[in-house]
Amino acid sequence: MSDRPAEGGAHALQPEEHGQRLGQPHGQPQGQRATQGDQHEAYEPPETVTDPAQQGLIDDPHEEAPRRIVEGEHSHGPRQTDVDPRAAKRAERQVAALFAVSALATVGFVLAYVFIDLDSLDSLVWSNRLLGVMLALSLFCIGAGAIHWAKKLMADDEYVQSRHELRSTPEEREDFVDSFRRGTDDSGFTRRSLIRRSLIGAMALLPINAVILLWDLAEEKPGGPGGLRETLWAPGVPIVAAVTHAQVRPEDLAIGALVNAEPENLEELPEGPPRLNALANSAIILVRMEPAEIRTQQGAGWDYQGILAFSKICTHVGCPTSLYEQETHHLLCPCHQSTYDLADSARVVFGPAARSLPQLAITVDEGGYLVARQGFQALVGPSTWEVP
Amino acid sequence: MTATAKGASVAGASTSTKDKGAGRARKLPSPKENLAAGAGTYVDDRLHSANFLKRSLNKVFPDHWSFMLGEIALYSFIILLLSGTFLSFFFVPSQAEVIYNGSYVNLRGVPMSEAMSSTLDISFDVRGGLLMRQIHHWAALLFIAAMAVHLFRIFFTGAFRKPREVNWVIGVTLIVLGLLEGFAGYSLPDDLLSGTGLRIAQGIILAIPIAGPYVSYIVFGGEFPGDDFIPRLYTVHVLLIPGILLALITAHLMILWFQKHTQFPGPGRTEQNVVGYPLFPVYTAKAGGFFFVVFGVTAALGALAQINPIWLYGPYDPAQVSAGSQPDWYIGFLDGALRVMPNWEFWIGNLPISLNVLIPALVMPGIIFTAMALYPFIEQFATDDNREHHLLDRPRNQPTRTGIGVMGITFYTLLWINGGNDIIGDFFNVSINAITWTIRVTCILLPPLAFWITRRICLGLQRRDREKLLHGWETGQVKRMPSGEFIEVHAPISAEERAVLTSHRTERPFELPVMEDANGIRRPHRRIAGVRAKLSQFYFADQVEMPTQDELRALEHHNGHRTDQVEHQVEQRELTRGPGQQQ
Repeated sequence: MSDRPAEGGAHALQPEEHGQRLGQPHGQPQGQRATQGDQHEAYEPPETVTDPAQQGLIDDPHEEAPRRIVEGEHSHGPRQTDVDPRAAKRAERQVAALFAVSALATVGFVLAYVFIDLDSLDSLVWSNRLLGVMLALSLFCIGAGAIHWAKKLMADDEYVQSRHELRSTPEEREDFVDSFRRGTDDSGFTRRSLIRRSLIGAMALLPINAVILLWDLAEEKPGGPGGLRETLWAPGVPIVAAVTHAQVRPEDLAIGALVNAEPENLEELPEGPPRLNALANSAIILVRMEPAEIRTQQGAGWDYQGILAFSKICTHVGCPTSLYEQETHHLLCPCHQSTYDLADSARVVFGPAARSLPQLAITVDEGGYLVARQGFQALVGPSTWEVP
Repeated sequence: MTATAKGASVAGASTSTKDKGAGRARKLPSPKENLAAGAGTYVDDRLHSANFLKRSLNKVFPDHWSFMLGEIALYSFIILLLSGTFLSFFFVPSQAEVIYNGSYVNLRGVPMSEAMSSTLDISFDVRGGLLMRQIHHWAALLFIAAMAVHLFRIFFTGAFRKPREVNWVIGVTLIVLGLLEGFAGYSLPDDLLSGTGLRIAQGIILAIPIAGPYVSYIVFGGEFPGDDFIPRLYTVHVLLIPGILLALITAHLMILWFQKHTQFPGPGRTEQNVVGYPLFPVYTAKAGGFFFVVFGVTAALGALAQINPIWLYGPYDPAQVSAGSQPDWYIGFLDGALRVMPNWEFWIGNLPISLNVLIPALVMPGIIFTAMALYPFIEQFATDDNREHHLLDRPRNQPTRTGIGVMGITFYTLLWINGGNDIIGDFFNVSINAITWTIRVTCILLPPLAFWITRRICLGLQRRDREKLLHGWETGQVKRMPSGEFIEVHAPISAEERAVLTSHRTERPFELPVMEDANGIRRPHRRIAGVRAKLSQFYFADQVEMPTQDELRALEHHNGHRTDQVEHQVEQRELTRGPGQQQ
C-alpha cells in the first residue's frame, strides 16, 4: 500500500466541495462553503484509489470489499484539520496532551494511594475523592484523546460495503435437508419408533433429577415446628421493649405512645439468625389510647386499660410497619403505604394489604408487667398457604 | 491503517518464504518489520486467521449517536466485571454473626453478619475499596439504564425486524437477567435497606398459591432470613447470572457482527449496503476510546457521588425499617406496582389468592416481558412482512408501533413514579393517598391516550414530510408579489433530506378477507386471516401516502428548473384561482 498517498483518504472528498456535489440544489446559499473552498484551493486533491484490490480492501470472494466513498452519495466536507496543517498539528498536540494528563493522573493515583491513610473519616473522604478523580482522569483522558484523534485526524471518509441476503442458496438448503435426512435414515430414528419413544420418554424424565436435588436446599421444611405461623408468643410470655429489653408496665406508656416490643423469650435464642428468624414474625407494637377511643378489637377485652398490642409485621409483604399518627390512630407501613386503623381492630384503611394486623391479647402478671394472654390467633405477616 | 495491516501480512509472508531458502545466511528481519509482521504471521500460521482478521478490520459500521447506547451497556458490564472481581476479594458472603470492630466508630460493638461487616471493611479500611464499591453500584445502575434506552432505540427504529428477531429476544433476556443480577448484588451487603428488599421478595414468593411456602423455604433454606441466603445469593450473583449474561452478550455481539449493523436512511444508503467507517482504525479509536470515557465517568461518579451508604442504614433487623425506603431505580416500577394495586385478596379455605401481590409482582412483569420478547413476531404476523430490513425506520413512519412503545413507556413511568410516592408526597406536601389514587386512575387512562396522541403526532409529522417533499421547506421569508399578494417563500429541501424522506415505503393494510365465496364455501383459516387483516389495519390504515422518488422526479421535471421556487408557487396559485379573482 505504499503506492497510496499516506493520508490520501482524508482528502478524497475535496472535489465535491467545489459546487459539484451531487443533488445539491442550486438555490442553496453557498457563502459559507465557498470560503471553505477558497481556503484549500491550493491544496492538491490526491488521486483517489477506486480499485478495491489496489486498496487492499478485498474481502473474501463472497463479500464485496468495502468501497471508499469518493463523491456524490456522501454528505460531509473536509474538516479544518484536513485543510489546515496548523489545525492538524494543533489537534495532534491536543491528543498528546490528553494522553499526558492521563499518565499524570495515574501518578496522582499512586500518590493518593500511598500518602493518604484511612485513619479518620476525613481522610477516607479525601482518599476516595482523590483516588476516584485520578482514576477517572486517567481513564477518561485516554478515551477522550482516542476519540479526538479519530474525529480530527483519522481518515474521515465513509466506506460502503455491500450486504447479502442472509439466507443460503436453495441448493445449500437442500443439501442440508439431505444430510439431515441421511442421518435420520442411517440411525433409523424415524423408523424405529420404539427407540424413539423410549428415548424421548427417558429424556423428558431426566430434569426430575435436577429438580429433586433442590428439595434439600430447604434445610428446614415448611409445616414443621417454628414455621411461618408459629411465633414466640404464648400465655404469660412477658413483653419487653425492643431496644432496652426491659419489661413494660402499663404506666410506662403514655396515652398516644407507640412502643416497639418483642417477647422476652427471644433473648433465650442464640444471637444472629435464630433470633432474627423469630423476630421476623414475633415483633409487636404497643399503643395506648383512651379506652373510649377504641372502637373495635379483634377479641373482647384483648386490650389492657387502653393498651393494644399488634403484630408489627405488615400483612402485605412483611415489612415492619412503623409510622403512627396519634390523632387518627393510623399506622402506616413505609414500604407500600398499607395503612391500618389501630382503633378499629387494625383494619386496613388504605394501601395494598388485605388483612388486619393480628392483635395480641395482653394482660399484666402479678408483678404488674405486661404479658401475652395467648399466642396470635391469626396469621402473622404476608398471606400464604398453610402447609399441612 | 488497513493498508498497514495488509502490508504487514505481505511482509510476513515474504519473510517466511525467505526462511525456506536453504544454505544462505539468514538476514535478521529489521525490528520494525518484525514487530508489525510477527504477531500476524504467528497467529495466521496456527489459526489461518489472515482472511478473517482482514475482513474484521475492514468491517464497516454506520455512525449514529444512538448506536452508542448498546456500547454503554456493554462497557458498564465490563466495568462491573472488573470492579466486582476486586470486591469479591474482600467480601465475605456469610450471615454468621460477628461484632463489628472496624474503623467506623458509630457501629463499633454492633452485632451484624459477616457480609455487612466485610462490606463496611471494604468501605472504611481498604484503600480504594469505597471507590470500587461506588463504581460497582453506579455501573450497575448505568448498565440497566443503558440497556433500557438501547432497547427503546431498537424498538422505535424497528431494528428488531427480520433478520434480527433472535437478537431482540436475547436482548430482552439480558434486561430481565440484568434486573435480577442487580437486585442480587444490591442484597448482598445485608444492610437494613437491602434486607427489607429481601423481605418484600420473600413476601412475594409466599403469595404464590400452594408452592409459595415451599419455594420460600427452598430459597432461604428455612425460615426468613435464616443463615443460608447470602452465600447462595453470592453464588448466583458472581457466577450463575454473570456467566449467563456473558454467554448471551457474546452471542448478541456475534450475531450483530455477522448480520452487520443496521443504518439510518440517508443518501447512498440502501437495504443492500452499509455506509460508515471501518472498524480499524476509526471505530477502534472511537469505540475503544468510548470504553475509557464510560469507565472514567463511572469512576468520577464513584469519587464524587455517594451511593448506597450502608453504614447509615445499619445491619438488617426484620423489626426495623426506615421511612422513605427506596430500591434502586430499576426495581422502582415493581415497587410502584405493589403500591398502586388495590388490596384484593380472597381465600379458598386456608389458601389465599393474594391478587394484591400476585398481579403487580408476578403477573404484570410476566406479561410485560413476555409481550416485549414476542413483539417482533406479533408485528410480523400483522404485517406478513418477510423481507430483510437493514434500513432503520424513522419512528414517525410507524405510527402504531411508536404509539405502542410510548404507551408502554407511559405505563412503566407511572408505576415508577408511584414507587417514589412517599418521597414525592413528602417533597411536595401532597397526600400519599392522593398520589396513589391518581396513579391508579392514570395508569389505566394515560397509556391509551399516550398511544393515540403519539400516533396522531407521527401522522402529523408524516404529513409535514410530505409537504416538504412536494413544496420544500418554509423559509419564513414573506414576499410581496407585483399583484400585491403576500406569499411565503418555500425553498427546496437538500438532497440528503430528500433521500431520508423518500426512503420509507408506504405500507398498505390487508383488506378484510372474504369469508365465504359466492358458493357459500367458507375460506380456510379464515379466523387467522381475519385477525391478521384487522391487526394490519390497526398498523397501517392511516398511513400518509408519500411521493416516491419517481414521482418527485416527474414533479421536478414538470417544474423545469427549481431555481425560482417563488415564481413556481405564484404560477400554481394563479392557475388554481384564475386571473380574475385577484384581490
